[in-house]
Amino acid sequence: MTEGNGNNPGNVTSRAHSPVPNEDLGKSGKTAKLKIFRGDSEGGQEVEYEIPLVEGMVVLDAVLAIQAEQAGDLAVRWNCKAAHCGSCSAEINGRPKLLCKTRVEEYDGEEIHVHPMRAFPVIKDLVSDVSWNYEVSKAIKPFHSSEQAPFTMYEEDVERLYEPKKCIECFMCQDVCHVLRTHHKHAEFAGPRFFVRNQWLEMHPMDEEDRLGDLKEDNGLGFCNITKCCTEVCPVDIKITDNSIIPLKERVASEFYDPAKWLMRKIRGNGSSRNGN
Amino acid sequence: MSAIASAWKKLPWWVEPSAVVLVLTVFGVYSFVAIALFGGEYQQFVSPFYSPEVPLPGWMPGFVTAPMLVLWIPLGFRATCYYYRKAYYRAFFWDPPACLSKAQQLDRPWASNAESYRGERALFVLNNVHRYFLYASIIVVAFLWFEAFRTLFGPQGFQISVGSLLWFLNIVLLSAYTFSCHSFRHLVGGNKDCYSCIRGGNARRKTYNFVSRLNARHPQWAWYSLFSLLATDIYLRLLQAGAITDFTIIHFGG
Amino acid sequence: MQRDENTNGRREQYETREHDVLIIGAGGAGLRAAVAATRHGLSVGIVSKSLLGKAHTVMAEGGIAASVGNVDPDDSWRQHFMDTLKSGKFLNNWRMAEIFTKEAPDRVYELEQWGALFNRTPEGKISQRPFGGHTYRRLCHVGDRTGLELIRTMQEKVLATDSEIYMETTVTKLLKKGDRVVGAVGYTRESGKFIHFKAKAVIMATGGWGRIFKVTSNSWEGTGDGVVLGYDAGAELVDMEMMQFHPTGMVWPPGVRGLLVTEGVRGEGGLLRNSEGARYMENYDKEKMELSTRDVVARANYTEVQEGRGSEHGGVFLDITHLGYEGIMKKLPTMYEQFKNLADIDISREPMEVFPTVHYTMGGIKVDPETCATNVPGLYAAGEVAGGLHGANRLGGNSLSDLLVFGRRAGEGASAFVGESVHSADIEADAVRTEIGRVLEPLEKGGEGESPYLMQQELQNAMMEHANLMRDGDSLKEGLGKILALKDRLPNVRVGGSRLFNPGWHTAQDIRYLIQISEIILRTAVQRTERRGAQWRLDYDGPDEELGKLNFIVTKDGQGEIGIERREIPPMPEHLSSLFEEEKAKA
Repeated sequence: MTEGNGNNPGNVTSRAHSPVPNEDLGKSGKTAKLKIFRGDSEGGQEVEYEIPLVEGMVVLDAVLAIQAEQAGDLAVRWNCKAAHCGSCSAEINGRPKLLCKTRVEEYDGEEIHVHPMRAFPVIKDLVSDVSWNYEVSKAIKPFHSSEQAPFTMYEEDVERLYEPKKCIECFMCQDVCHVLRTHHKHAEFAGPRFFVRNQWLEMHPMDEEDRLGDLKEDNGLGFCNITKCCTEVCPVDIKITDNSIIPLKERVASEFYDPAKWLMRKIRGNGSSRNGN
Repeated sequence: MSAIASAWKKLPWWVEPSAVVLVLTVFGVYSFVAIALFGGEYQQFVSPFYSPEVPLPGWMPGFVTAPMLVLWIPLGFRATCYYYRKAYYRAFFWDPPACLSKAQQLDRPWASNAESYRGERALFVLNNVHRYFLYASIIVVAFLWFEAFRTLFGPQGFQISVGSLLWFLNIVLLSAYTFSCHSFRHLVGGNKDCYSCIRGGNARRKTYNFVSRLNARHPQWAWYSLFSLLATDIYLRLLQAGAITDFTIIHFGG
Repeated sequence: MQRDENTNGRREQYETREHDVLIIGAGGAGLRAAVAATRHGLSVGIVSKSLLGKAHTVMAEGGIAASVGNVDPDDSWRQHFMDTLKSGKFLNNWRMAEIFTKEAPDRVYELEQWGALFNRTPEGKISQRPFGGHTYRRLCHVGDRTGLELIRTMQEKVLATDSEIYMETTVTKLLKKGDRVVGAVGYTRESGKFIHFKAKAVIMATGGWGRIFKVTSNSWEGTGDGVVLGYDAGAELVDMEMMQFHPTGMVWPPGVRGLLVTEGVRGEGGLLRNSEGARYMENYDKEKMELSTRDVVARANYTEVQEGRGSEHGGVFLDITHLGYEGIMKKLPTMYEQFKNLADIDISREPMEVFPTVHYTMGGIKVDPETCATNVPGLYAAGEVAGGLHGANRLGGNSLSDLLVFGRRAGEGASAFVGESVHSADIEADAVRTEIGRVLEPLEKGGEGESPYLMQQELQNAMMEHANLMRDGDSLKEGLGKILALKDRLPNVRVGGSRLFNPGWHTAQDIRYLIQISEIILRTAVQRTERRGAQWRLDYDGPDEELGKLNFIVTKDGQGEIGIERREIPPMPEHLSSLFEEEKAKA
């Protein structure tokens, strides 16, 4: 191992005292005001907080600063703080946003109202109960291939699967979807997130399951009226409507709503043209 | 372009649905009046609303005009189009009018209860026939290409005029709209899981990728082609009325 | 099952749940263990502090190391083994490294079998990229979000089993009967209600403890619960002085300081330069340059800044502009978004500012390489919380395969243990009641007290100052003094609000772990008087041959104090040691 430590500069005892990051860096002298929903399943109201504005601050920084200094029991979910994990979803000024990806400066001059996601039951403050999503996920037929990995699969066959695979499960598409949010179809409708999952499963070259019947019936694909709010809020830019939902609607249409295909199948006497293989 | 887009985003949420209602209503009324009351030809120019020309059977009721026998095809194509569906569900049905929290609270203001929503599971399940309108529309588009080429042959022979350019612009935009259709995308490759496993797979994949790129701009093609239809027809009306003359840019063999 | 208990003169209800195997932690290792245990038909409970699928595993970006040899056919488990030991400065448990490098390819294939999608080579195989310290291109990857792919695949696999998942639940104590672990006490973060878990075996898969430092790539979860729970239950810890600083964390703006910049950037040809524009890595490792091991690159970056060749915000420059916008969007899209969104930097046009950030903990609970059993019967550990595999410095990409290889082995080991055991998981009711009382204390004592948040900040600052990637004896001892002072103040912690999803209360639990771990780290770091991997003592000149032959083993002694034992590393068997001799002979 070459360490290059023969004449390693750094052989000074004082260097062990690492510089603690300068606390004053980025302090602007300005403040930010946030109105945050405080409450639980019984209800609640907005409470205003004011904190020093630091350059480049995201709304999550502001919320955590408030939590540390002013409201110790302020409930908020977060993990990676890098828009990779999808934990800190909430609604800022009526729009679903990742708190860790939304800069305070974006709202220059506007009031900042932070609320929990409303398509799910509120637990406390900015935290809502998203467990329903995991139940939906559990009911989807998992990936299945009778072939033994390692698979031979080509980039050109799988390149369109990378997009749905980017999903970080922030559930903001679920939150903004009027079928869930306004019409409360949780029992009959899987929501955009799970059409995204179904899409890569259905389009995966090695997968052998058939989910089109489930999509039509259990997942309620037909409830979606493709009004695209899910696509508008996706923090990882998945074109949910165009690239996941509509392709699935087209496959379901081929399977269940296409009279010519139905007739052809009757004549040929074979069951299904499913799976696109 | 992105400056316009970001300015558009900053507008109040109701601007977009209102604009959609306005444009679609004006277009609908204009085109209905035009085909119900007027002819569609002037010299070598045929309005895109009037092609292909089909004979009107005598037993048809009097209010039906010849263009109506064809126009149900593009009308149906647009009415079942995945993009226009979004536009009218939002703008006309307010289901929802926009994505913002307070706009969503106005979802279907007439409905007595929110749970009565059926989406595309009841009447609108018919939108699944979109692909058949696509097939028929492709035939109409072929005729319109023919009409565009016909505009090159004026009374004085082969020529290129402002009118011709407009006709070509219109058919290019109509083709872009038609072939960026989600159903077309499904047909050329969206229905396959594995291109390397099928004959001609590489060509299928390239076509699919091309259509996918077009498809990303489907809403834009939908609007541009609507405006170009309108512009083409108005141009023809102005020629008919003698308000303008078609300016010839290049003229061959005269 | 509801049961009434009398706590502090008050009736405290708690639920009792019974499982064959209780897994604490739902990252890659915990989920892989769950899959293994359910295959034996056992009842499995998985406890997670966060929602399912949010574990720190998602932050692994660059890839999963396995010698499948798809792009470099010469690669083998032997070479992977040698790279791993060299990077670990031979403190590694060689048997763990052998198992690990032999089984990693199977675990990768298994992921693919379960639906994971990796980037492909032109031949249709899994693509592999180069990474620091790996001789060959070895990291199977999908763009720069490999960890997300792994966790999502495992999550969906586990959802398809009948494991019970306790999301947003914190375990505060392991319960023992005699010398065996027979369950745990925890509470649901959402409601603050307590649960008594009865289990025949418990698997620790709680991850690391980066949150003891201020500048870290770790999320709030990385508070080392598992290592302290295990330590309290009598488990041996190993290599606790070894903390990995990732060479490249974000620097600016202040809110994102410490956020990870994947090693994939250097894997794809990213260049490190100082403020004078020099590629200074040639002064530190001329041969491997930017792709040297993490300890070397981290120290280089640190030194450049210390000596005044840093950027305005105290970092060095990492330049990937040669890939161009298209290349970056294909290979490193997440990095592009991260800098664009959070720092207004377009990395296809300008360099990134980076500085080392606390990233990973090599040390942890000592386990048996074959079964992941600890020295406490019924207690198993896998993943970052377990120590031994990585020695003094972990290679990039080795953690993801570590999760799967040893997650599976822990699941198998625990299942075998459950199969053989006939013991009951009952304990005296007092144990649960006492623990509930202790956990509720900061919430119920009332009166003025110390904020757990501010105490945590104080601790993080102290560790930054005294136990950073360059250390010296005096400074370490000074830091230890500060930590011990914090320990004394621990009973003063008070929090307001109710039990309902109360982060203040949760932090009051974490702070105990953070203090305990910091003390252990400082004490072991004082004792390792040499420069080896991540432990870099400025008051000593270089590696110490004698210290290189031993691990520091930490256990809780009879008085409840930290006991440190110097334990010799057993000699490598012939079939492994000969690998290094052959290599030397070739060179």
